[in-house]
Amino acid sequence: MNYIDMHAHMISRTTDDYHAMALSGCLAVTEPAFWSGRDRLGPEAFADYFDHLTTFEPARAREYGIAHYAWLCLNPKEGEDRELTRQVLKLIPAFLERPTVLGIGEIGLNRVTRNEMATFLDHVELALEHHQLIHIHTPHLEDKYKGTRVMIEALAADPRIEPGRVMIDHAEEHTAELILAHGFWTGITLYPKTKASPARAIDMIEMYGSERLIVASACDWGPSQPLAVPEFIFEARRRGHDEATIRKIVLDNPQRFLGQSPKFVAPRPETALAGR
Amino acid sequence: MNVHAETCLLTQAQLLDLSFMEHRAHLLAIAAFLDRLERAQDAAQASDDFRLTALRGALHELVSPESGRVVRAQMRLSDQDLTLLDLRGSQSAFGAPQREAGPHSLDSEAEQ
Repeated sequence: MNYIDMHAHMISRTTDDYHAMALSGCLAVTEPAFWSGRDRLGPEAFADYFDHLTTFEPARAREYGIAHYAWLCLNPKEGEDRELTRQVLKLIPAFLERPTVLGIGEIGLNRVTRNEMATFLDHVELALEHHQLIHIHTPHLEDKYKGTRVMIEALAADPRIEPGRVMIDHAEEHTAELILAHGFWTGITLYPKTKASPARAIDMIEMYGSERLIVASACDWGPSQPLAVPEFIFEARRRGHDEATIRKIVLDNPQRFLGQSPKFVAPRPETALAGR
Repeated sequence: MNVHAETCLLTQAQLLDLSFMEHRAHLLAIAAFLDRLERAQDAAQASDDFRLTALRGALHELVSPESGRVVRAQMRLSDQDLTLLDLRGSQSAFGAPQREAGPHSLDSEAEQ
C-alpha cells in the first residue's frame, strides 16, 4: 500500500533506508528540523542544516521516487537557549521561501521550562506571520502530559490559531483525546520504547476514530524503524481493518493536512518506482 | 460501562490467538526485572527510587477490573504538575515523575 511518512529524520538515515521505503510503497516523507544528538555550536550550524534539508535530502529522496518536504525551526531540546533562539529565528524566513518547506516544526517543549515555552511561542508567532502550517513535538515520557496540556492551553487561548492547520505529534493514550477534542491534527509515533507501537496506535484509532489522525515513524539516529508505517499497515490488516480505513490513515489524512500548503503536491502512486 | 466497547474488530479468542504469547513474554520480562532488582548489589538502595515507585503504581492498574488501564498507567508515569520549570535540571526525561502532583489548569477535565 502506498503511504506518506509524515515524520522522518532522513538526514540521520542511510540511502538504503530510502530504498527500503520506496520498495514498501512510500510516496513522500516530511522531515521536521530536530536535535542532532548534541547541541549545535551556533546559529551558522542551523543555516547549514536548513540548507541540507532543502537541497540534499530532496535530491536523495528523488532518486528513489520519493518526494521530500521539510519543516524548519530551532528544536525544543535547544529551545532553552534564548539567545540562540533569537539568532536562529532571524535565519528561518529566508529558508521558508524554498520550494519544499511546508511550515514551522517540530516546535514544542522538552522539559517544559519557561524558556522553552517562550521559544515555542516565538515560533508560533513566526508561523502566523508567514502563514505557515505548524508541526508540534510533544515532550517525552513523564513530561508528555504536562507539555501537551500547557501548549494546548496556550494555542486555544490565541484566536489567531486555526487548529486545523496545526499537527500535534507524538500523541499517546493519555494525550490523544485531548488533542483531538481541541480540533488539532494528531500524530501517533511508531517508535520503540518511548512512544507507541503499531498495536497501540490501532487501539487509539479504534477508540477515537480516524479523523485528523496520522501515524509516522519519526525514524532518526536513535533505535527506530524507517518501515514503521508499513509495519502499522501489516498490523492493521491483522486486526481486521479494511483497506479504505488503513489508506485513510497512511495516505489520505497526510495529504489532507499537508495539502493546506500550496507547496505540497499530492504524490501520484503511478509515479512510484516500486511498492504499488 | 465501557464507552469503547466493541471498538476492536476482533473477538477475544482471536486476540488471544494473535498476541497472547507476545504479552506473556512481556509479563515475564517485568517479573524477571523485579526479581533482578531484588538480587542486585545493595538491594535496598533504590527501593524507593521514583522510577520504581511509579512502576509499582502502574502495575496496580494492570490488575484493575476497570477499563482505561493504559491511560491510568500513563498518568502514574506522568508529571501532573503543570507549572513551568524555572530551571531545566537535565535535557533528557527519565520515564517517571520526580515531583508530587501539583497545580492543574484545566480543572474541568477528569484527571484520574
